[in-house]
Amino acid sequence: MTRVIECRLVTELVASLCIEANIILPADIADVISSAEYREVSPEGKAVLADLKLNMAVARKERIPICQDTGMAVVFVKIGQEVQISGGALTDAITAGVSKGYTEGYMRASIVEDPLLRNNTGDNTPPVIHIEIVPGNTFRITVAPKGFGSENMSALKMLKPSEGVEGVIDFVVDAVITAGANPCPPIILGIGIGGTMEKAALIAKQALLREAGTHNKLKHIAELEDIILDKVNRSGIGPGGLGGRVTALAVNIDVYPTHIAGLPVAVNISCHATRHATGSL
Amino acid sequence: MSIRIKLPLDRSKISGLRAGERVLLSGHLYTARDAAHMKLKEMLDNGHKLPVDLNNETIYYAGPCPAAPGRVIGSAGPTTSGRMDSYTPALLEHGLIGMIGKGDRDDKVVEAIKAKGAVYFGATGGAGALLSGRIASSEIAAFPELGTEAIRRIEVVDFPVIVLIDPSGTDIYRTNVIKYRNIREEAD
Repeated sequence: MTRVIECRLVTELVASLCIEANIILPADIADVISSAEYREVSPEGKAVLADLKLNMAVARKERIPICQDTGMAVVFVKIGQEVQISGGALTDAITAGVSKGYTEGYMRASIVEDPLLRNNTGDNTPPVIHIEIVPGNTFRITVAPKGFGSENMSALKMLKPSEGVEGVIDFVVDAVITAGANPCPPIILGIGIGGTMEKAALIAKQALLREAGTHNKLKHIAELEDIILDKVNRSGIGPGGLGGRVTALAVNIDVYPTHIAGLPVAVNISCHATRHATGSL
Repeated sequence: MSIRIKLPLDRSKISGLRAGERVLLSGHLYTARDAAHMKLKEMLDNGHKLPVDLNNETIYYAGPCPAAPGRVIGSAGPTTSGRMDSYTPALLEHGLIGMIGKGDRDDKVVEAIKAKGAVYFGATGGAGALLSGRIASSEIAAFPELGTEAIRRIEVVDFPVIVLIDPSGTDIYRTNVIKYRNIREEAD
């Protein structure tokens, strides 16, 4: 049945999701950080994990952002084909929500208008918006603020099919070792394999939204997640890059059909603050 | 155990520091990150006087969140230092003696740290809420037009850091990560 959704409600929802995502980490992420503290053997690494746990508690209690890099707001929208948006343009409503959330939430304005001229827009807009049209009349938004300490360390490569699974593993592990301390380990890896260049990058980012500690439902991909997690945690990088065994908290892989000539692989590196908040109208 | 050091630094306070030691810093320092470094370098290249005297000063690579009502500053953790590498040797040449950030530095920076007897500290990346509690005051010192990237003079109290690169050029990232590489294979 057709449903009408007012733009101002979209703006309000996005604003509140921006604030919640930046202040409170999802429970699954908090859980894997806690269990990592027991696994870590390096004293420097343990100290970093203890700081991160304390930091989460302070952010929650004082209602301030977990990290000063409150990110570029990445907004995923699932909109049913029976939904009609009234009172303005959907993307404008989302952008207004980001502006409102970041301003009223005392969060950092980190966006420059032109990547080369570099003038700050002052309200963290615009966001990056991905809209997916689905059957029915649902309307669901996820705001995933992405910090750039880790985004800068992300990588994409078009492998040859002959490089196969070994090629994928080597590429991802190399990216993590090159990243070292920069993405604030312990990290979470979102990996996209297949599709085209941009599809691999997009599914890598979406993979970061999956609950930490769960596996891809394809058996060979679930195994690959374990293999990569193990290899990455043998890198020695450890929490804060100060040495240790917990370099990554989770490896989330998503796959998509691809061309006979290609094997695209994207690895989106995220820090422990793999933030996201979801709401519906 | 942490060593307590009062800011501003001088060579006698830091010459004995070794990579991996924990330090609590108290006193004033300056925040500066990408855009402020670009401006400082431009001023040096054009022979202009810098807006802050960097002699024996410490720069914290940070761009804080705005302060909510009743707070001194918003979340204020370290940003990735490597982006400042191309500007750092020139600033060390102009008196800078301490840096706080996260992540490794290039060979030119390590050499300049050694040559000047300077120090590079690390604060816990991602712990901006926690670290903001160790900041007692904050005021804009230069480039207010840069927003979060303005240079701020901040007072810190027992600000927790670890020595990442000591004045002899020893780098904990290069020494410690090796210790834990392939740890599981060795343990098994």
